Amino acid sequence: MPDVHLPSTLRPLFAGLPRRLDVEAATVGDALAELDRRWPGLRDRLCEPGPSSRLALRRHIHVYVDGERGDLDTAVADRSRLDVIAAISGG
Amino acid sequence: MAQTVLMVGTRKGLFLLESDDRRDWRMRGPFCDGWPIYHAIYDEASGTLFAAAASEWHGAGVWRSSDLGETWEFSGEGLVYDDAGELKINKVASLAAAHGRLYVGAESVGLFESRDGGKTFSVVSTLDGAPGREGWNDPENQPPGHLGLSAIIPDADDAEKLRVIVQGNSIFDTDDGGKTWAPRNVGLRRDWPAPPNPEVGFCVHKLAPSPVDKQRWYQQNHVGTWRSDDGGGTWNEITEGLPSEFGFACAAHPHDRDTFYTVPLDPMHTRTMHEGRASVWRTRDAGSSWQRLGNGLPDHDAHLGVLREGMVADGRDDFGLYFGTSTGQVFASVDEGESWSELAGYLPAISSVRVATIG
Repeated sequence: MPDVHLPSTLRPLFAGLPRRLDVEAATVGDALAELDRRWPGLRDRLCEPGPSSRLALRRHIHVYVDGERGDLDTAVADRSRLDVIAAISGG
Repeated sequence: MAQTVLMVGTRKGLFLLESDDRRDWRMRGPFCDGWPIYHAIYDEASGTLFAAAASEWHGAGVWRSSDLGETWEFSGEGLVYDDAGELKINKVASLAAAHGRLYVGAESVGLFESRDGGKTFSVVSTLDGAPGREGWNDPENQPPGHLGLSAIIPDADDAEKLRVIVQGNSIFDTDDGGKTWAPRNVGLRRDWPAPPNPEVGFCVHKLAPSPVDKQRWYQQNHVGTWRSDDGGGTWNEITEGLPSEFGFACAAHPHDRDTFYTVPLDPMHTRTMHEGRASVWRTRDAGSSWQRLGNGLPDHDAHLGVLREGMVADGRDDFGLYFGTSTGQVFASVDEGESWSELAGYLPAISSVRVATIG
């Protein structure tokens, strides 16, 4: 299962959320959907409605799959590492 | 003994200042994980603190604490528009609690409510059909600050009646729970061209209703300080005698309808108090004359700004008046503004100061 690494800023919002966990998923979007099922509301903190109401990552949230920048449609393999990053923003 | 609790919303979280005698103060915080807090209130009916927050990373929502800040929970559930992506929640900027509901004002402009104590929210209105509605969510028309629905004032008696401010546009009233909205700007002036519907297009910064007279309201506007004697139906200018027409924060006396406080600011880019002298201005005759109050405030080299939710009065007989600055100081007076003391000096930039008397 893909190995998901989450930003520390999410932990105060969701009881019991670890920084790192394995999630069954074929894409980044699937992984976040599964996390949202286990911690309702989590996906809303990482995604928002984009053009045509399609869900998109929030402006300052970045994802990397095996070190390459990705988006919600990016495929994740069974041994992938998925990093979700709260990007540097503001002061 | 009654405890006074100041809720200080800052760019880096919520702070609580607490006192049993309003002389010695204790500070706790930052709370809300350091998220920028635009407004924080205490709901007496439920004993809950609510803080409107917007994170650059994780979006907007409301933090709540039912144990005076010991523990906090966050929810943004339902704070979303369902109109095919035209409107987006960029910020929640204003809160009000009344009639068992928690109201939330958002940008893009919209009013939400929670009927379960801040766990979930639903949209009440995006003010469709109100004059100006067609243009105010266009990013090109957004005033600096991007507060959207910047104030919500529920009627104390009628749950269907609300007054709100759409930042940079208008006061609006609804008397049918948000189905229809009517502008309430008669008498105000503007310093810029009128929009197609001249009933709107005003820059109302802060409304201060008198707690003792429902007909008496005060207003600090981008251009002018104003009074209404008919519940906001018409406005009369009371700027004369003040050092400028510009300011954000103001407060009505809790027991005397003719006494009102405002903080005039330089209207240019600085938006700080005039001549580097920290000052609050008071009228005791409903705006016919003004007195500068600065005893105990820094008298020179003090370039302080106060934002629209940055000043508040508690409701006690010997009431306290408090304001917080955009450079992180909190000042208080317990003698109607005659003298002031500094409660905090090194907080992050302050957006909001509210007060509760508990116990």
